[in-house]
Amino acid sequence: MAHSPARYYVPHGTKWPIIGTIGLFTLFLGASNWLNGGGSGSAWVAGTGVAIVIVMIFLWFGQVIKESESGEYYNADVDASFRMGMGWFIFSEVMFFAVFFGALWYMRNLALPWLGGEGNSFFTPQLIWPGFEDQWPSNGPANVGGAYEAMPAWGLPAINTVILLSSGVTLTIAHHALIANNRKILTVFLAFTFILGFLFIGLQAEEYIHAYTELNLKLTTGVYGTTFFMLTGFHGLHVTIGATMLLIIWIRCLKGHFTPDNHFAFEGIAWYWHFVDIVWLGLFIFVYWL
Amino acid sequence: MSATATHDLHDDHGPEKGWRRWVYSTNHKDIGTMYLIFALAMLFVGGAMSFVIRAELFQPGLQFVRPDFFNQMITMHALIMVFGMIMPAFAGFANWMIPLMIGAPDMALPRLNNWSFWLLPFAGVLLLSTLFMDGGAPASGWTLYPPLSLQTGNGFPFAMFSIHLLGLSSIMASINIIVTILNLRAPGMTLMQMPMFVWTWLITAYLLIAVMPVLAGGVTMLITDQFFGTTFFNAAGGGDPVLFQHIFWFFGHPEVYIIILPAFGIISHVIPAFSRKPLFGHDAMVYAIAGIAFLSFIVWAHHMFTVGMPLAGQLFFMMSTMLIAIPTAVKVFNWTATMWRGSISFETPMLFAVAFLFLFTIGGFSGLMVAIVPADFQYHDSYFVVAHFHYVLVPGALFGAFCGAYYWLPKWTGHMYDERLGKIHFWLSAIFVNLTFFPQHFLGLAGMPRRIPDYSTQFADFNMLSSIGAFGFGLSQLLFVYVIIKCVRGGEKATAEVWDNPPGLEWTVPSPAPHHTFEDPPIMR
Repeated sequence: MAHSPARYYVPHGTKWPIIGTIGLFTLFLGASNWLNGGGSGSAWVAGTGVAIVIVMIFLWFGQVIKESESGEYYNADVDASFRMGMGWFIFSEVMFFAVFFGALWYMRNLALPWLGGEGNSFFTPQLIWPGFEDQWPSNGPANVGGAYEAMPAWGLPAINTVILLSSGVTLTIAHHALIANNRKILTVFLAFTFILGFLFIGLQAEEYIHAYTELNLKLTTGVYGTTFFMLTGFHGLHVTIGATMLLIIWIRCLKGHFTPDNHFAFEGIAWYWHFVDIVWLGLFIFVYWL
Repeated sequence: MSATATHDLHDDHGPEKGWRRWVYSTNHKDIGTMYLIFALAMLFVGGAMSFVIRAELFQPGLQFVRPDFFNQMITMHALIMVFGMIMPAFAGFANWMIPLMIGAPDMALPRLNNWSFWLLPFAGVLLLSTLFMDGGAPASGWTLYPPLSLQTGNGFPFAMFSIHLLGLSSIMASINIIVTILNLRAPGMTLMQMPMFVWTWLITAYLLIAVMPVLAGGVTMLITDQFFGTTFFNAAGGGDPVLFQHIFWFFGHPEVYIIILPAFGIISHVIPAFSRKPLFGHDAMVYAIAGIAFLSFIVWAHHMFTVGMPLAGQLFFMMSTMLIAIPTAVKVFNWTATMWRGSISFETPMLFAVAFLFLFTIGGFSGLMVAIVPADFQYHDSYFVVAHFHYVLVPGALFGAFCGAYYWLPKWTGHMYDERLGKIHFWLSAIFVNLTFFPQHFLGLAGMPRRIPDYSTQFADFNMLSSIGAFGFGLSQLLFVYVIIKCVRGGEKATAEVWDNPPGLEWTVPSPAPHHTFEDPPIMR
């Protein structure tokens, strides 16, 4: 930063949040009506809401990027606020995933054993669900969704693990290149990173198609299908968001944004990407493998 | 916009004119004011619902409403009061006071701050709109236990998404508060020198970020179970409805500390100010808050002792719950010790603080009673529980908010409020709140269940007293509104210190506090 201001930057009014609020409100209004059977009209309302939110995010972030690149507004304190804010945001995401991992743990270690007669539930498999035996994977005592096959860990999921872990490495190489002001290495390895990210999404889609068409493994396949698709689905959503953000900072790098000592957005997204990486390791171990 | 901002970056600009000042606001004082006004409005919306409840319970038999609508009222009353009233009220205090207390120019992320507030009214509209839909509002109680909550009509997705918006608002506000406190303290102010209100909000915000996503996850599971055929809470598919209770209370128990900790903070300012003594055991108070926050994560299942969990689980959650009495007792002891041999005067904020001390402690003791597993099998889902949590929420959290409002109104408006009317408001509130909730202890111990619109005739007398108290308490709050309006419009000019030289940076700026304060941070000695 050429001449960083002494005072903390307090923007003078902003119109993005109210636009974002209207967008979210429209989205949820449409989505609620759609869920209640409102048909395609409601879906269009919800889609409009999503579009408003996306446009708002682009404009809001665009303004912040402009302010940051101009070097006239932000000082080191503002940078620290952004960093801390990103860190705490990721913490909230950790807790969001924790509740789904917790649900998986609860199903496997408490709910299913109790349905199978453990603890003081001796009569449950005698009277309510005759003959039910606890095992994993399970689609429950009512065999919800019919016969299915579980997703094996050592096929696509293992390849995806390698892909995502490699993307973490390439991102770190890009980060070091940015600090060393080696723009060429930076752009090349950042490109590798988001390409690996989108490749992961593609393979994940392939896996879902495989599950639905060949394994009869669906979101509605009892608790196994429920936890499998909810956990991997929310993770996939986060990878999509992360890869999109990587693509955007790659474009910013091409435009000559970021300097060795001023690149909060790069680091924030790098943290986010590593977080998504670690969640995947948890998924690979607890959803696919064990 | 960025071009103009460059020019007046270093000017002391005033607020914008008209609606833009509020809708586009990035000013912590304006946003704080909006939070407080929103909370006050919701106090009357939620209060009107409690009027319906208490009118129906005035006499045995069904008088005014259908049982299903009664259940919608208890659900909406709770959701509105928790998410719409008390949390926004304390967020308003946080916005107004934290930057003033730590010498910061504003909140650290002012645009995000605007978003945190403006999500609330929209979420409120989504939630209240369910009352007018097929099947009405959720009627499962605010805990939203499945399968009952899944039987809501068309209002179900609206209510769920409303909770998502409220959670989003809370998470963003909390990130902002934590970053402000950690990053924008005046140079020289160490963590242990921070005012107690700032400390309580630091920990409250941490709790919020930790548990709001958990509620969001639970609500998401409800939505997918309802509409997309997942079986999280369906035993046929291997799930368990009790799982939702665990998820909800993992959020819900820290949530009750989220509600009460900022009130602790306010009381910790008011009692020293009117006792004219520093807070007794400042550091111990900080550790006590941290201890309460830690324990709040490992006690949740005490809300579900009767659900049929293993004995080891019951014992663990009973013991950990009773441990909370220790840090809480530290706090009550320190507040009392602060008053000991102080030169006490009883202005309205101090009256509310002292009432808080007595009445919150009653709620704390009844909390110890319900923490004991074998006894809880008797108390569970009875009016005793209703009495317990209303004692900590109304003369606890709400009195804390009243206390803070009277304490800082002169700083906000530049005028002294009408002390005589403030005292009348206090006495009416204090008498009626006890008339409302004290008899409910006896009703619960005698076996009256909660959330039922009718009751056996043996409960008639206490219910009538309780209803009279509730109507009196609700109407007394109109006086509070009048006092505020009167104070905003005029009154004796307030000095910068307002009170008898209380400590804190907020008393070094003029009253009313200028639109921008501490653009250059004060230097702490």
